[in-house]
Amino acid sequence: MKVKEAQREVSRFGALYIVEARFRNMFKWRSAIITTAILNPVLYLLSVGVGIGSLVDAKQGAGGVDGVQYLTFLAPALLASAAIQGAIDEVTFPTLQGFKWAKNFFAMNSTPITGNQIALGVYIAALGRTFLTVVIYWLILLIAGALPTGTAWLAMFVAMLAGGAFGSIMLYLTSKVEKEDFFLTAIGRLIIMPLFLFSGTFYPLSSMPLILQPIGWISPLWHATELGRYLTYGHSISGLMIGVHFIFLTSLLALGLKLAFRNFTKRLSK
Amino acid sequence: MTSLISARSLTKTYGDFVAVDQINFEVLKGESFGLLGPNGAGKSTIMRMIGATLQRSSGELAVLGKDPEKFGPQIRAHLGVVPQQDNLDSELTVRENLYIYGRYFGLSKKFLTPKIQELLEFAQLEEKRDVKVEALSGGMKRRLTIARALVSEPEILMLDEPTTGLDPQARHILWDRLFRLKELGVTLLLTTHFMDEAEQLCQRLIVMDKGKIMAEDSPAELIRKYVTKEVLELRFGSDKNSQFVDQLRQKCDRIEQLPDRILLYTNDGETLLTEIVGSGLHPITSLVRRSSLEDVFLRLTGRSLIE
Repeated sequence: MKVKEAQREVSRFGALYIVEARFRNMFKWRSAIITTAILNPVLYLLSVGVGIGSLVDAKQGAGGVDGVQYLTFLAPALLASAAIQGAIDEVTFPTLQGFKWAKNFFAMNSTPITGNQIALGVYIAALGRTFLTVVIYWLILLIAGALPTGTAWLAMFVAMLAGGAFGSIMLYLTSKVEKEDFFLTAIGRLIIMPLFLFSGTFYPLSSMPLILQPIGWISPLWHATELGRYLTYGHSISGLMIGVHFIFLTSLLALGLKLAFRNFTKRLSK
Repeated sequence: MTSLISARSLTKTYGDFVAVDQINFEVLKGESFGLLGPNGAGKSTIMRMIGATLQRSSGELAVLGKDPEKFGPQIRAHLGVVPQQDNLDSELTVRENLYIYGRYFGLSKKFLTPKIQELLEFAQLEEKRDVKVEALSGGMKRRLTIARALVSEPEILMLDEPTTGLDPQARHILWDRLFRLKELGVTLLLTTHFMDEAEQLCQRLIVMDKGKIMAEDSPAELIRKYVTKEVLELRFGSDKNSQFVDQLRQKCDRIEQLPDRILLYTNDGETLLTEIVGSGLHPITSLVRRSSLEDVFLRLTGRSLIE
């Protein structure tokens, strides 16, 4: 293939070449990636699901939490939060690396590849790895008996949507970072942790004081968890709310990508 | 000769700071063209504007006949860029770095496999092909970055400070590689603040300072135009240098007093030295050498290239 013809391919498939490069990078870490993808759910299920679950179930009696066993209640939230964490890891580090540590985004951008394509490529690759994490997590939940319904497999896509929404926003935020130390600490402690704790993850959002509930409303994790619970055990929500959750997540995803595209292009040409 | 790059009143400002100030130049097909100047002269800024990754503030710029602001990806498809700071993918191997970079140009595996072999030979990195980049020496990384820039058979190879930070041996290996490319007819555009590098590699160059072009010509012509054939360097000891400057001034075409030594410009250094010693002055050290681009820069700006 000569350079002239190749160039036309780049304008169409540029992002996929970035995905290819990102996958090559991830492949170097394959054992760590697979190990965490398995250990993470196993540890959570044992400590929180089974450990705390046995206490909760004993106390709640036959009604359980939201009508089901605690592990079943918890499962969709854990699945979505694993997707969010996976997506965050895989957009944050490559982006810091690309702009700051190794500056390889600038190398990519000295080829026909554009800023948009770099952002999209990093994002798609991150979701690729996230999907692997989610599938493994889902299978472990299935084995643990936490997914009683036939529609439970759709919860994987809801989790991916949560990962995608959070991931695109993080892609944008990371692309703005100049001093990474503070940023990483702030994101971990001030955003991810509170959202994880206050998104109706461990108990229904409605059992929290009203003043804390808005944390859940803006959290992709809560929206995904509500949808997930509907799919995995038939948690009752209205058709309207299904639409709201879905639109919230997709809008966040689209907004994050749009901002990320703009900022990647801007920073690369600064 | 076709002109591959042409700049007219090219200007780049950052707020009040003028990084590149209304410069004009042209780079022709097959030539090796240099931008010589100290750090902060605006060289890298020009390179990035040509490389279609930085917008100009005003003026005109055409690269391969196109405006880089409108046809960025199309222009970049024909450029090989070697940045000042290596930006290789340190977790991938030497071979993988060449491969993924080739993929960014949309090149197929079929094209890349023999190409990578050829480039590994050229960069003398065949034995390191499966080594991770983080384990390479500075010189090897530089050679790999150059090989990477050649993977798409670019029409112009752009090198920003290609040998900064390398030890003398690594520099010479690199110069040898670049000289080969020059012989093959590759158009080279390079920036440097090393006058020896500019003399070795550039057929034509512009001397830059503070965003402006101070002079433009071949290295030999610049030396002929702006300075004498030879330079006599004298040291009397740092306190005493200034005492003798006035006395020496009448004896030569031009004199420059640097913090540690005095430079006397003349067409015959040995004769001048004999005459000075004959007149009863006894410098601690003396050296006669050919004039260089460093002297041209000093003449044009009153400052040294490396400060």
